[in-house]
Amino acid sequence: MRTYAGHSTAAASNELYRTNLAKGQTGLSVAFDLPTQTGYDPDHPLSAGEVGKVGVPISHIADMNVLFDQLPLDQMNTSMTINATAPWLLALYIAVAEKQGVDPTLLQGTTQNDLIKEFLSRGTYIFPPAASLRMTADVIAYTVKHAPKWNPTNICSYHLQEAGATPVQELAYALATAIAVLDAVRDGGQVPADEMPQVVGRISFFVNAGIRFVEEMCKMRAFAQLWDKITLERYGVKDPKLRRFRYGVQVNSLGLTEQQPENNIIRIVLEMLAVTLSKDARARAVQLPAWNEALGLPRKWDQQWSLRAQQILAYESDLLAFGDIFNGSHVIEEKVSNMAAEAYKEVEDILARGGAVEAVESGYLKQRLVESNATRLAAIERGDQIVVGVNKFRETEPSPLTQDLGTAILTVDPAVERRAIDAIEKFKKQRDEAAVQRALDKLKQAVKRGDNVMPPSIEAAKAQVTTGEWGAALREVLGEYRAPTGVAGARAAGTEDLARSTGKPISELRAEISRLEKKLGRRPKLLVGKPGLDGHSNGAEQIALKARDVGFEVVYEGIRVTPEQIVASALEEGVHLIGISMLSGSHLELIPQVVKRAQAAGIGDVPIIVGGIIPEPDARKLQAAGVARVYTPKDFELNTIMNDLVQLVSERAQSAHA
Amino acid sequence: MPSGGEAGGVPTALVQGVRGADKASVARALNLVEDRRASSQAAIASLLAQLAPRDGVHRVGLTGPPGVGKSTLTSALALEQRARGHSVAVLAVDPSSVRSGGALLGDRVRMMFDPGDQKLFVRSLATAGDMGGLTQAAGAVVDVFSAAFDRVLVETVGVGQSETAIEHVVDTVCLVIQPGSGDALQFIKAGIMEIPDVIVVNKGDHKLLAERAAGDLRGALASLRRAGMRLGDSDWKVPVLVTSARDRAGIDALADALDGHRAAFDAAGIAARRRQRAAAWTQALFLRRFGEHGLEVLGGFEQLAARISEALRGGAPPIGVVSALGADLVVQLRSRGQAG
Repeated sequence: MRTYAGHSTAAASNELYRTNLAKGQTGLSVAFDLPTQTGYDPDHPLSAGEVGKVGVPISHIADMNVLFDQLPLDQMNTSMTINATAPWLLALYIAVAEKQGVDPTLLQGTTQNDLIKEFLSRGTYIFPPAASLRMTADVIAYTVKHAPKWNPTNICSYHLQEAGATPVQELAYALATAIAVLDAVRDGGQVPADEMPQVVGRISFFVNAGIRFVEEMCKMRAFAQLWDKITLERYGVKDPKLRRFRYGVQVNSLGLTEQQPENNIIRIVLEMLAVTLSKDARARAVQLPAWNEALGLPRKWDQQWSLRAQQILAYESDLLAFGDIFNGSHVIEEKVSNMAAEAYKEVEDILARGGAVEAVESGYLKQRLVESNATRLAAIERGDQIVVGVNKFRETEPSPLTQDLGTAILTVDPAVERRAIDAIEKFKKQRDEAAVQRALDKLKQAVKRGDNVMPPSIEAAKAQVTTGEWGAALREVLGEYRAPTGVAGARAAGTEDLARSTGKPISELRAEISRLEKKLGRRPKLLVGKPGLDGHSNGAEQIALKARDVGFEVVYEGIRVTPEQIVASALEEGVHLIGISMLSGSHLELIPQVVKRAQAAGIGDVPIIVGGIIPEPDARKLQAAGVARVYTPKDFELNTIMNDLVQLVSERAQSAHA
Repeated sequence: MPSGGEAGGVPTALVQGVRGADKASVARALNLVEDRRASSQAAIASLLAQLAPRDGVHRVGLTGPPGVGKSTLTSALALEQRARGHSVAVLAVDPSSVRSGGALLGDRVRMMFDPGDQKLFVRSLATAGDMGGLTQAAGAVVDVFSAAFDRVLVETVGVGQSETAIEHVVDTVCLVIQPGSGDALQFIKAGIMEIPDVIVVNKGDHKLLAERAAGDLRGALASLRRAGMRLGDSDWKVPVLVTSARDRAGIDALADALDGHRAAFDAAGIAARRRQRAAAWTQALFLRRFGEHGLEVLGGFEQLAARISEALRGGAPPIGVVSALGADLVVQLRSRGQAG
């Protein structure tokens, strides 16, 4: 049992780790902040507002030393949620181990290191898909030889479901990812053919569990079946132990609601059960979200509640006392085999398209996910898919749990960022600049030549290179990538429906937009973008798609844009509205900047709307700063939002005329 | 309201701002020329009449089927031209949905650009159901850009589908295709090979395939030339290049090839070419708005062509010419009505 924990500085995190280990926690789980995940130092413009936010900032070996101070790495099992910069963070980890006098072959732990799902959902990729896959393969090839107990990659289907994947898509896309990774290792020439079974045996998965209990339980089983088949047939792995589907589960966050959030704990328990009851597809770890995730950052008590749910299941109930109680169930077996067959067909389809990398580059996978999510949202909006407290049974007594949530939500001290910037300046002053440059040159040349990225990265770590410098060097050699947004080609679902809340059919909204077009002289144009480094783009994508569908012209900027970029685009494109989506918690830093810059650029009259996980007091602050509307996860009725947007443009056209 | 003169009421500051490539002014000018309200047409004509193409400006159209990587190629080319010291404007044209009229625009075109760069400007435009992949306003947008920037890149889907196509608003047409798609042969069959001045086989990361496709194309072009078919401009040998926009490979050669095509014209030559193309564009706009009937009322094709040429030579922009012709059309129809 672990808790996903990162603290705003290396020292604070270290203290937390040591307390938890003293309490009997068995492993460390490290979450890094977004600048570290995307290869920037705290002083980079894109890092503004993000330092120390969703995890710990690690800029160099001195930070890493502090993070693991007094923690003997030969005795730790360290799980790092790190992807694009996984080679670098692992290099820092190895460098710290060597400094502690620990033999790297003894290191145990996991680097998440799955870039495909970053392109499709999570957004913290840096390099183009093929180059990214090469980095993943490098880490695998290196660890198999030099740190054989390390889990070099953890293929994530979790984030695919969060992006809207159906169970079949979750199965198929994750397995296609694993195939792409293993093929890259096999064809990369770094691992001899007779060692491939060992590589296959080190691949692990990170799976989601959603609310459709039976389906999810069958999905776990289908995963195990398909993995056995693929590893045997495609990679010829004879030892059944090495073909075992090794996976951990984090239960679903997507379905957690902001309305009546106390209901979420029941959802979480049900989702956990689907994993627990799939005993034959043995999960190695289960992580639970907190009941109030949709409202803001969970506090310690919130996390404790989830932990207790897990402990009651494990220690009070008799669920773990029996074997797989669904063995021999015809219903389950049939469902599993249907699901496996359907998923395998999809895997073959992706392979026929040239594999997961090609299907990322062409936008195919992303587009399918965006469509699935649009279908899901439309079903909820229509009332076909019932979500208790959201589209049914909405009446509620005042909840004592949420009364003071606005003040209780955990926030990060803004001084953290300033101190981190000061610290990195100081760090750079004390090091040997020439040695840094030499290490960076060596790194670049090695990667250019096609050598494994790990050895020169470890040298760079020791030479006191920073995360931002490592990122910049590799960006220079490998190039930087913008993934297809999947929005342009996606079909929108449920467009002909009545908007329940407004009572207005889509056709009427479209007619209103056409009238507005006549009044304005051109069609209303909306810019949608996500400032900051957070890559969870679901909300932005669905707004863009829906807006196009009701007749807006939509300039979709996608993820990782600065306030400066948003305002420059808004000006050049002559938009009538600016829409911003933010989930990283940096809204109070970044959104007022957009407002100020828009005013300075002479487009201060263009209404700005914001969507994201924004606590109520923050929403009020944003509105005071000049934001026209703030939407949160409880505003699930896209048609209502669209109606608001039309009104905003209309009002502005009116006042311009007056 | 008479067109031209002061009547459009375009502030001098706006005209000055566009000439000085001030981003806010250019944006405002584009908002104006995109305005389809009848009440704005005079102002548009007045603005455009006050804007002349910058010396040495080069207008390039990039076109080709969807999915060949035009956006990425356009971005790479824009950055290459910036690196060569030119100011650059990009017009990205995307199709609108026929049903809703909505559109998703400029998907990731601008993403690699420095937002603080004052010499790089990107605007996207929806086709609004127009034929030929270009919207009515496109010509006017290009004219505004031409007065403000050194290089104007127009990216659009579809090629040679109607007379309102890309070649009328640019100096050089660059056709972008993908290796192994069979596109090139289809284009030759469809006679589209008359349009491009430069051909690019993009996604050259499938290197062998791309080189083979380029080789096939060169061969096909040579045999057509031998057979006496006109390809682009008569004395211009259409280069066939291989690029990989993703890996930024072949982009400098592409920029050279495009510059080469522009350099093939002297000042008088480029002016004549633009006039000829503007005439075709004006004609297309007129036909789109007033149809065959309008053409007939104004005395047929040759009569219309003559009037358009004369008006363009007088410095009126295509949109202004169409408005003036429209006004005349109304007068003639009215007098016909009285005669009948």
